[in-house]
Amino acid sequence: MTGTVERTVTGVRTAFDAERVRADFPLLGRSMRGKALVYLDNAATSQKPRHVIDAIHRYYETLNANVHRGVYQLSEEATAAYEWGRAMIARYLHAPSPAEVVFVRGTTEGINLVANSLGRQRVGPGDEVLISAMEHHSNIVPWQLLCEEKGARLRVLPMNDRGELLVEELPAFLSPRTRLVSVVHVSNSLGTINPVKEIVAQAHARGIPVLLDGAQAVPHGPVDVQDLDCDFYAVSGHKMFGPTGVGALFGKRALLEAMPPWQGGGEMIRSVTFEKTLFAPLPMKFEAGTPNIEGAVGLGAAVDFLHQLDWRAVAVHEADLLAYATERIQSVAGLRLVGTAARKAPVVSFVMDGVHPHDIGTILDQEGIAIRTGHHCTQPVMDFFGVPATARASFALYNTRDDVDALVTALRQVRKVFA
Amino acid sequence: MADLRELYQQVILDHNRAPRNFKELPDANRTASGDNPLCGDRITLWVKVSGDRIEDLGFQGSGCAISQASASLMTTVVKGKTVEEAERLFQHFHGMVTGVEEGNRDNLGKLFAFAGVKEFPARVKCANLPWHTLHAALLQQDRPASTE
Repeated sequence: MTGTVERTVTGVRTAFDAERVRADFPLLGRSMRGKALVYLDNAATSQKPRHVIDAIHRYYETLNANVHRGVYQLSEEATAAYEWGRAMIARYLHAPSPAEVVFVRGTTEGINLVANSLGRQRVGPGDEVLISAMEHHSNIVPWQLLCEEKGARLRVLPMNDRGELLVEELPAFLSPRTRLVSVVHVSNSLGTINPVKEIVAQAHARGIPVLLDGAQAVPHGPVDVQDLDCDFYAVSGHKMFGPTGVGALFGKRALLEAMPPWQGGGEMIRSVTFEKTLFAPLPMKFEAGTPNIEGAVGLGAAVDFLHQLDWRAVAVHEADLLAYATERIQSVAGLRLVGTAARKAPVVSFVMDGVHPHDIGTILDQEGIAIRTGHHCTQPVMDFFGVPATARASFALYNTRDDVDALVTALRQVRKVFA
Repeated sequence: MADLRELYQQVILDHNRAPRNFKELPDANRTASGDNPLCGDRITLWVKVSGDRIEDLGFQGSGCAISQASASLMTTVVKGKTVEEAERLFQHFHGMVTGVEEGNRDNLGKLFAFAGVKEFPARVKCANLPWHTLHAALLQQDRPASTE
C-alpha cells in the first residue's frame, strides 16, 4: 500500500501506515489549485490532527475560564486542563517535573527568556556567548542584543561544507569567559542533526550551561532532556502538530530558581506591595499575565496524539522519505543539494542552476505543492553556501513517497519552463 | 500550465537569461538600490539624466526571474524617455501588475508581458522593485527602495 513502509529495525519488524495517519489531518484532504495538496513546508509549520482541533474546540465550549485565580469549579477545571498540557509536554521532553517547564509563545520566546534572565544576570563585559554557524535568526539576534548591551562577545562554532558542525574545534571556542552555549538540535534549513549530547558534555566539563533550540527536533520524536543533560530546551507547539502561539522552555530547576523573572505582572507573583514583590514559585515565576490557555490545551492534545504513535516505525518511515527524496530529487538536471550531513532530519534544501528558488516555488504552487523558498531565517547559512536563497522541502510523518514523486515531477516542469 | 506561460512569457525568460544594460554606468548622475530583504531580490540602478531626459541607464542585481527581467525590460523601455514619461509608465505598470487598471499594449508596449503577474499576488513586489528603485533614483532618495 502506498505510504506504508516496512523495514526491519534491530530485529523488530515495524510498519507505519502514513495513509492512516493522514486521515487524522483534515487539512491534508483539501485540494489546491484543482490538485491534491502536497504539503512539504513542515519545517515552517505542521498541520494539525483532528485530536488537537477538537481539544481546542472542546476547551472553549466546556472549560473556558481564567486559570490559577477562581475559586469556582469552572476555573479549577480550566486550570487542570492548562496544567495537564504542561504535564504532557514535560513528559514528551522527559523533564524531571512539570515545574521545570515554562509555557512561552514559542521557541523564539523561550530563547529570549533565557537571554533576558540568565543572560543579563551572568553575562558581563568581555564575556562570551557561543552559538553555531547554522542557527536560526531566533538563536542569533537575542544573543547579539545581549552582547551589545553588556559589551560581551558572540562567538560562532563553524561548520563544514556538508553542513556539519566542527565539534572537534569546540574546545577552542569554549574559553574561561564563555558564559553560555546555545545551539540548534536540528537545523531548519539544512536538516542537520547536531551531536548535542557531546556539545553539552564538553561545555559542562567547563561548567558552562547549554541551551538547545529543539524546534525542529520535536516533530520527529520525543526528546530526553535528562539524557541530553542540557540546561535548557526550547520548543514550539506549532511545529509539532500543536497550535501556534504556544511553546515550552524546559530549564533545570536550580537554574530557573536562581534566575530573575523577565516579565512582571499578574500570575507570576506571590505577594505585591508598593515596596516589594515576592515572586511565585516555578514555573509561574516566568509566566506573567493570563497565559495562552487554549494553546496549552492544544499542545497537550498534540503530545497525546504523538504518544500514540510507534516512534520506531515513524523513524523508519521518515528515514525512508529522506533517502527516497534525496535520491529522486538529484535525478533532476542542474539540481544541487544544500546540506548533506551524515545525520539528517527529513529536510531537503536545494538550488537549481539558472532558476531562482522563488520561481521554483511559484511553479510548484501551480501543481498544488507547498514548499518554502527563501533564506529560511538563516541568512548566515545562505552566505556560507554562497546562495541568496534555497528551495526547501521538509517532510513530516504524514508525508509519503507519492509526495516526493509529485515534487520531482513538478521540478521537471520547472526545468521545462526555464529550458 | 496556461497560467504559468502567462507569467513566464518568452520575453521575460529571455531577459532573465540575458539581461540588457546589465552594467554599472560610470557617468551616471543618479543611482539607487532596491532590495526586498524577505525574498532576497536586489538591484542597483545607475541613471544618467540630462535635462529632463533619461539618456542612459544600467543595473546590476540578483533575484528571481520576474525581478531581474523586470529590471532589464525597464531599462530598455525608459532609455531616451523624459523623467515624466518614465514616471507615467511606472504608474501604468504598477496599476497593471496590482490589478488596479487593465494594462494595454498601447501605453505599456513590451512591458505588457508582465500582465500575468497580477494573478500571482506574491510576485507583484518582484515585478515592481526595479520601478520603485528607478523612482527613488530619479528623486535622489537616500534610503533603499523596497516593495515589501
